[in-house]
Amino acid sequence: MSTPSNTVPGSPLESQVTAPAVITASRRMYWSVRRELWEHRSIYIAPLAAAAVFLLAFLTGLTLSAAHRHEPLDIPYEFAAALIMGTGFIVGIFYSLDALYGERRDRSILFWKSLPVSDLTTVLSKLAIPLVILPLLSFAIAVVTQFVMLLLSSAVLLGSGLSVGTLGARMSFFHMSLMLLYHILTVHGLWYAPIYGWLLLVSAWAPRAPFIWAFLPPFVIWGVEKIAFRTSHFLGMLQYRLTGPVPSTTTARSGNLMEMMSALTPVQFFSRPGLWVGLAVAAIFLAAAVRLRRYREPI
Amino acid sequence: MGCIEARGLRKAFGTTIAVDGINVRVEEGRILGLIGPNGAGKTTALNAILGLTSYEGELRVLGRDPWTEREKLMRDACFIADVAVLPRWMRVWQALDYFAGVHPRFDRAKAEGFLAKTTIGRASKVRELSKGMVAQLHLALVMAIDAKLLVLDEPTLGLDILYRKQFYDSLLNDYFDRSRTIVVTTHQVEEIQDVLTDVMFINRGRIVFDCSMEEFESRYLEVTVNPEQIAAARALKPIHERQVFGRSILLFDRVERQQLAALGDVRTPSIADLFVAVLSNQSGAAQGGAR
Repeated sequence: MSTPSNTVPGSPLESQVTAPAVITASRRMYWSVRRELWEHRSIYIAPLAAAAVFLLAFLTGLTLSAAHRHEPLDIPYEFAAALIMGTGFIVGIFYSLDALYGERRDRSILFWKSLPVSDLTTVLSKLAIPLVILPLLSFAIAVVTQFVMLLLSSAVLLGSGLSVGTLGARMSFFHMSLMLLYHILTVHGLWYAPIYGWLLLVSAWAPRAPFIWAFLPPFVIWGVEKIAFRTSHFLGMLQYRLTGPVPSTTTARSGNLMEMMSALTPVQFFSRPGLWVGLAVAAIFLAAAVRLRRYREPI
Repeated sequence: MGCIEARGLRKAFGTTIAVDGINVRVEEGRILGLIGPNGAGKTTALNAILGLTSYEGELRVLGRDPWTEREKLMRDACFIADVAVLPRWMRVWQALDYFAGVHPRFDRAKAEGFLAKTTIGRASKVRELSKGMVAQLHLALVMAIDAKLLVLDEPTLGLDILYRKQFYDSLLNDYFDRSRTIVVTTHQVEEIQDVLTDVMFINRGRIVFDCSMEEFESRYLEVTVNPEQIAAARALKPIHERQVFGRSILLFDRVERQQLAALGDVRTPSIADLFVAVLSNQSGAAQGGAR
């Protein structure tokens, strides 16, 4: 996420220059994202902790099954990925709700606004965290975790004298990683954009308790629709948004999300109207959040 | 072109009028003190100047409209809102990195130089610093920016006298160079009297007094009047009279010094005394009008 020119802001060469340095938009964006990572360390600590806990549990299970000479476990690679990505998703929700609310609550918005960084850059950098940084980070951590699992299970199996052949029967590691990346880029990076857009909008607007403001309105809309029209289109819409862009016919309860994703080719994915409607809604939410940040004062 | 030019600047919050059509022109190279009671509209006026709030009327700051061009304005202007707004989680090196990263006029070496004179460590978090040290840090960051306009809104609120004095000393010695403009609001008026080049009083959203310090010193005189001469002194139409330890202190506008010297001890009044005089006359006039 950094280009070489970005990484040397404090070099002696630059500080001796008396003429104002040219600060490009991408550099302002880079530093804005970096400052989010400084402030919200849970962005990388939480997925790392999830991976560590999972590996510990996995290792325990592996040792126990090897000790009792059981058949090797069906190695839960997908479960590892789901756990880490789920953690990332939850962190993303809480991050987004606090992103534009916290700076108003602690009055630091006055400090940030004293610098030549536009509201648009600030809001986009805060959107980049759940939409780009968290998914990519979760992906990297998930792949490393899966690789460690592969090594651990190979070692334990070899040590216990059981056949290693069963491991090879699984989907190849490379293919699995590729599927995971595809899932991350499509679902977390694009499909969920309106969700994060909504959370950022609430975060920019809420006079207090952004969490309640984010979750109460959908609940009320669902209730009103249910009572007044005896329908649940809104709930269906939310479900569609949360479960991903998979045709409902193939949403068998048994299948897991990533396997279903493999059924959806990029062409199919990008031709789904739901994707484009979602992105348009996200753009509207974000434009409103940018405008609100300009008008809102410290709480 | 003035550094700040406002004509008919107005801002209302609902039915409350915070700034009521003020006209201001601040030239380059001035240090303006904006003095007013709580709720007078100082902060609202400054927020409008800094692009933090929308407004009615005309306003140009460094030739820009602050509301629509805040980002560009902040390359040439900077402000300290008050000592409590530095993000508490931030470490000193992060603040330096970030400023160097986003501000085209930030001189990191200069900021490091200012910090070297303090006891602030690079790895310290803002939350670990005392209030005085946070003010020092913020000032070091801001003074390292080669800005044309610096706005300080109660920058020394809650600091002890040592830090307050140090704050204004370094501002004058290490920063101000006649090509910059500084606008400052504070309640500790007497501490900045020698610092200012201009003074402006604001009350109920209006500018009620505006003059340069040279004019202030030549126009206004305060006399501790000898008791036997009080009638003669009052005949010269003082703009304000107060009692201290049983003696009358009278404030005069445009009265010859020699004339006053005959009545008692003459000295230049403090801004605070003139402020009280101007404001009490104003409220007296308002009551008179109501009657």
